[in-house]
Amino acid sequence: MPNSLLWAVDIFGRVYTLATAGQYWELCKDAHLEFKRVSAVKQCCWGIACDNQVYVYVCSSDVPIRHREETYENQRWNPVGGFCEKLMPSDRWQWSDVSGLKHQQLDSLVLPSPHWEWESDWYVDENFGGEPTEKGGWTYAMDFPATYTRDKKWNSCVRRRKWIRYRRYKSRDTWAKIPSHDDPKQLPDPFNDLSIGGWEITDEPVGRLSVWAVSLQGKIWYREDVCHPNPEGSSWSLIETPGEVVQISCGPYDLLWATLWEGQAMVREGIDRNNPKGSSWSIVEPPVPENGIMHVSVGVNVVWAVTKDRKVWFRRGVNSHNPCGTSWIEMVGEMMMVNVGLNDQVWGIGCDDRTVYFRQGVTPSELSGKTWKAIIANRENDRSHTGSSSSLLSAGCFFGDEVRGSGDSLAPSDTETSSETERPGLVSEYEISLGNSRPRPESSREEEVALAGDGVGQAQGFAPAPRPDSAPAELPWTNIDLKETQKTSSPSAACYAETTSLSSLGLFPVGLEEGYGADDHPLWAWVSGGGCTVDTHTVLKWFTVQSGLSTSMQTLSLSITPAQTAAWRKQIFQQLTERTKRELENFRHYEQAVEQSVWVKTGTLQWWADWKPHKWIDVRVALEQFTGNDGTRDSILFIYYMFHEEKKYIHIFLNEVTVLVPVLNEAKHSFALYTPEKTKQRWPIRLAAATEQEMYDWLALLSTSCSESRRIQGRPSPQAIWSVTCKGDIFVSEPSVDLEAPMHPMPCDQMFWRQIGGHLRVVECNSHGVVWGIGYDHTAWVYTGGYGGGFFQGLASSTSNIYMQSDVKCVYIYENQRWNPVTGYTSRGLPTDRYMWSDVTGLQECTKANTKPPSLHWTWVSDWYIDFNISGGTDREGWQYASDFPSSYHGYKTMKDFVRRRRWARKCKLVTSGPWLEVAPISLWDVSIIPGCEEGSKDSIALWAISDKGDVLCRLGVSELNPAGSSWLHVGTDQPFISVSVGAFYQVWAVARDGSAFYRGSVSPKQPAGDCWYHIPSPPKQKLKQVSVGQTSVYALDENGNLWFRQGITPSYPQGSSWDHVSNNVRKVSVGPLDQVWVIANKVQGSHSLSCGTVCHRTGVQPREPKGQGWDYGIGGGWDHLSVRANTTKAPKSVPQEPEEDNFSRTTDLEEGDGGGESNFFNKTMLVMNAVPEVNGSAVTC
Amino acid sequence: MTDDKDVLRDVWFGRIPTCFTLYQDEITEREAEPYYLLLPRVSYLPLVTDKVKKHFQKVMRQEDISEIWFEYEGTPLKWHYPIGLLFDLLASNTALPWNITVHFKSFPEKDLLHCPSKDTVEAHFMSCMKEADALKHKSQVINEMQKKDHKQLWMGLQNDKFDQFWAINRKLMEYPAEDNGFRYIPFRIYQATTERPFIQKLFRPVAADGQLHTLGDLLKEVCPSVITPEDGVKKNQIMIHGIEPMLETPLQWLSEHLSYPDNFLHISIIPQPTD
Repeated sequence: MPNSLLWAVDIFGRVYTLATAGQYWELCKDAHLEFKRVSAVKQCCWGIACDNQVYVYVCSSDVPIRHREETYENQRWNPVGGFCEKLMPSDRWQWSDVSGLKHQQLDSLVLPSPHWEWESDWYVDENFGGEPTEKGGWTYAMDFPATYTRDKKWNSCVRRRKWIRYRRYKSRDTWAKIPSHDDPKQLPDPFNDLSIGGWEITDEPVGRLSVWAVSLQGKIWYREDVCHPNPEGSSWSLIETPGEVVQISCGPYDLLWATLWEGQAMVREGIDRNNPKGSSWSIVEPPVPENGIMHVSVGVNVVWAVTKDRKVWFRRGVNSHNPCGTSWIEMVGEMMMVNVGLNDQVWGIGCDDRTVYFRQGVTPSELSGKTWKAIIANRENDRSHTGSSSSLLSAGCFFGDEVRGSGDSLAPSDTETSSETERPGLVSEYEISLGNSRPRPESSREEEVALAGDGVGQAQGFAPAPRPDSAPAELPWTNIDLKETQKTSSPSAACYAETTSLSSLGLFPVGLEEGYGADDHPLWAWVSGGGCTVDTHTVLKWFTVQSGLSTSMQTLSLSITPAQTAAWRKQIFQQLTERTKRELENFRHYEQAVEQSVWVKTGTLQWWADWKPHKWIDVRVALEQFTGNDGTRDSILFIYYMFHEEKKYIHIFLNEVTVLVPVLNEAKHSFALYTPEKTKQRWPIRLAAATEQEMYDWLALLSTSCSESRRIQGRPSPQAIWSVTCKGDIFVSEPSVDLEAPMHPMPCDQMFWRQIGGHLRVVECNSHGVVWGIGYDHTAWVYTGGYGGGFFQGLASSTSNIYMQSDVKCVYIYENQRWNPVTGYTSRGLPTDRYMWSDVTGLQECTKANTKPPSLHWTWVSDWYIDFNISGGTDREGWQYASDFPSSYHGYKTMKDFVRRRRWARKCKLVTSGPWLEVAPISLWDVSIIPGCEEGSKDSIALWAISDKGDVLCRLGVSELNPAGSSWLHVGTDQPFISVSVGAFYQVWAVARDGSAFYRGSVSPKQPAGDCWYHIPSPPKQKLKQVSVGQTSVYALDENGNLWFRQGITPSYPQGSSWDHVSNNVRKVSVGPLDQVWVIANKVQGSHSLSCGTVCHRTGVQPREPKGQGWDYGIGGGWDHLSVRANTTKAPKSVPQEPEEDNFSRTTDLEEGDGGGESNFFNKTMLVMNAVPEVNGSAVTC
Repeated sequence: MTDDKDVLRDVWFGRIPTCFTLYQDEITEREAEPYYLLLPRVSYLPLVTDKVKKHFQKVMRQEDISEIWFEYEGTPLKWHYPIGLLFDLLASNTALPWNITVHFKSFPEKDLLHCPSKDTVEAHFMSCMKEADALKHKSQVINEMQKKDHKQLWMGLQNDKFDQFWAINRKLMEYPAEDNGFRYIPFRIYQATTERPFIQKLFRPVAADGQLHTLGDLLKEVCPSVITPEDGVKKNQIMIHGIEPMLETPLQWLSEHLSYPDNFLHISIIPQPTD
């Protein structure tokens, strides 16, 4: 589980966060302000400070928030001066936006607020649609506006070029003031409440955030244009309301509730993707008329409320279609306020004790949860007295203000509480910090000593979480501090001067400070869980007071935990080895006391019969294991079946099995078993069990037996080849020495693959054992060095280094409609049409009701929603139009369009376990690790990645001991990227979203991010989608499945000269450190059936012939990704090559094609196959 | 060896080369050849000495055979102790093979229990397992198991089937994630030099402050005399499965990995050999 934060404000206005993996409240990094309200989401927190200004706190991240400003320089040709700045009067401005309609000079573009900075100066964009332009970046046309080309023609009369400049948001991890409105009339009164949410209404890349605020006069304001690249938004818009509003709450999706002075709640209707502000209000009456609703908080499917008598209410029946719900249910407990966070989890602040409570047992099926549980986590070492002394001024104002402003409705009692119980503490502190002369109470003196002296270590021991602000220089007890804080809070003090004045505070005796130490439990005023991810699997340490070492340190450390390197463990391992040697070495000829016998496991399974018609038939199976005296084993699997009333059996030696693949679908709990022979046939042995548990028992037993018979156990070696199937299962293979032999390499259908727990979409490795993966939800994972997990339990799984892993993916169905002249588009198609609710092909009926998650392991985590992110674009309602089914679709209606469709998506989630730890918080699209570097080198391992937003990132601090690295370095690009690969000698290649390639110059251990991009055009008329760099070879893959080799790469000219076509029908490519080339082929023909997604090995790759000659086909049917980049296992020296021969064969290999003879091997350049109807043999279909 | 799983395997497949000799006073028809055997450390003598019995019975008259028992250097060997424990306690630091004397007469009634059949061993073994689980999990795990699981544990031990045994035994080694270990560690400490059979007390794997207890902590608590003082000369060896784990080793880890099949940590304390 990634770490996430619960935000809270104590009654002094200090903002604290509590991490889900932590156990201490930590003071907000920027603690110079006090707050009334905060509302948090994962990436930021908005708040109303005690100066009544709105602030946004954007959490720091390794990826900058940048925005591209661009403007165009336009020129016209005239016979005298050639192209020049003089334009015709009818022309556009010399500097304009892309349309030419807006005058836009370079210096007219200014930073929108003080929180931005320019990244660099203006420069000319020399990339034109993936093609490099000539120097200067000019593109030419006949006239404005027109189609521009990069070539100057005889009739090119005008030209223009694009200037680019990036600005970057700099105020991160600090409270950035949202600039007040320009027009003072528009904001006559300060804000009273604020709530943010709504980010799930739109997907990335829009990433919009709804920010709602309520003013003291009861008006509602909406902040326009708040999104990831614009965290501050642009302006406040007034939203009409039927009454005076007190408080507002916005859920992650489209729920928005507010409370009115009169005690009713008000529900916003009509919020959707196109209208995040919604359209109208509905009124919901309070549960009891005499006690109006005081506070409300909403999630995705829940609404919680607090009435004026502090009772807590849960609203039944709330969802997107019925945002008002049906009825109120009274809950146990009395709360000041409640807050609904992610996953509809709920927090509240207790009425009597001001403790933050967490609602336990909230699950999708039981949204109201079970009980309130107090969070009794301590605050981190209370060193924050500077903060509290400044809070004295404004916190007092805050509460005073609230009494005046909000009358009796909001929180009258907390004013009393604060003045009675807490003020004495404040006062004494104030005096201490001001006077510095009066005798201090014993406790505070001790604390000061601890902080000032050598007690830094002591303080660290108490809360080991990194605290950047722990510099001992910031001693709290100084006059300077007070002056500074006074300055910042003086405006508010001036505004509300008459409340609980400073002089009156001074009257309290100093001695009362006692009880305000770190162990006193804090009193809270506000809590926000909008950025806090808690689900049923999360283990929280908030409910007990922890002592000793923080365990969060232990859980996050990687493979080399202290326990594993501990001397005691080494000693035990070593002594056991010595003992075995001492007691056994000279006595091996002795007889064993217990004779080893055959052990048999039998059972009943179903088998997908070999003969036609293919169907599942009941079989009896028996696994016979022979154990040798040294504990090693060999096994045979027998399958007994009836054929025409005749008893028959087949048997499989488990040491010949190459892979066991679980095949989960709704219908059967089955798995497929491959041998080299079965791989050639593309027809595995498929077995199904009655229950899932039974299937996993068999699968685990067979997998373990296969590994044992091949003497493979423990973690994969650093050289291992990793792969992922399209179901997300992870397989790993130990390369044999002759796998990459120049002559007679081991056929790759003989490779043995074993499964590793977890669920990934992409896995990449290098020869130092650094392995990274990316899930379907783009979460980045790092391999921990364990093995097993998932269904592997007990001995087949390592005890340590196995963690929970979850993944989320979407299931898509299509709504299809046909146009008819009377009613327009309806869901009534022609009799020949596809189903009106179908899969993408239209052949399968898929309705919202009957579509199930892909297997039992997946559970729905969202409702069906319209997916707008589909290629071709959509209209505002998500429809795509075409002339007929099936066709290519576009996002707008034309006269010729008679059909339309739209895609619905529903998210489902899987929870499993495996040797993977999350690398939070940035989600990734692609990752690549340098295959290897010199042994013993102290340089960190180069690792490059592409974020899910297309940012290029370079990971710092990656090493064998710390495979997760430390932080990301952002590498600027002019457009989003989609693929990256770092090869030997720090050659970094990447592919941009426009399909062209880029080479990164000057990357070295000293300059890990390099200096600049060299643009490399894609092969003609092709858009590249993936690149892989080995030792010297660079291969790229285009969107049409063509594999290209980069010619002409030399050390002095690493960009190479041209792309050479190698093969078609390729889905993924992985080039290794020996320049070995492996791909996933789209379709491969076996002797029995066709196989989609097949691992193929390029044969005949030689130093002088890096393109190789043909393909050798390995495991397949459902393979989706592969990384051979760890395999540096060279074959022993063999016969020298004959260069003449090589040159000869190179000339022939292109022509040879797939026409070659009988043999499946070594003669195929192309992977193209003729489709044969029988595709169902493959275990996993893509 | 890099993985904790390998420890289990090494422990299970530990063998002691043994030479069985018939006691000189036994009456034989012809001379009895010594019999050499690799004894599994984790097993019990009655389970692994069928061959020995058969070998010596061949040279003896039927009427001279009564219940078999074993003795090493004058000490009768208790069949209800695991073999590895007997060896560590009595014969470690001696030359291999281990010389065991076989008796068919004069059963030492005051030293040994009778063992009429393997069922007796099974009953003893299972009662140890239950006692261990009572300490570890208030008997919850063992009671939730089915009869066939119990049988599998016993058959696994009897037939020397590591996987068969551990497929079930792993459940006995689990503990709730929120705890840091078992309730109590099942252990027995044997001292070669005392008459007392063994020490067994309630001892938790985790201290009140959350720190893991180590082997040293245990010894300090239950028999402080055996620990070598910081400046002193090492007087004792603390041995499990023929090895001497460091005193810093966490007790919970030891219990999970170095317990005998009966789920007890059998710790031998023997005098440090002088040379």
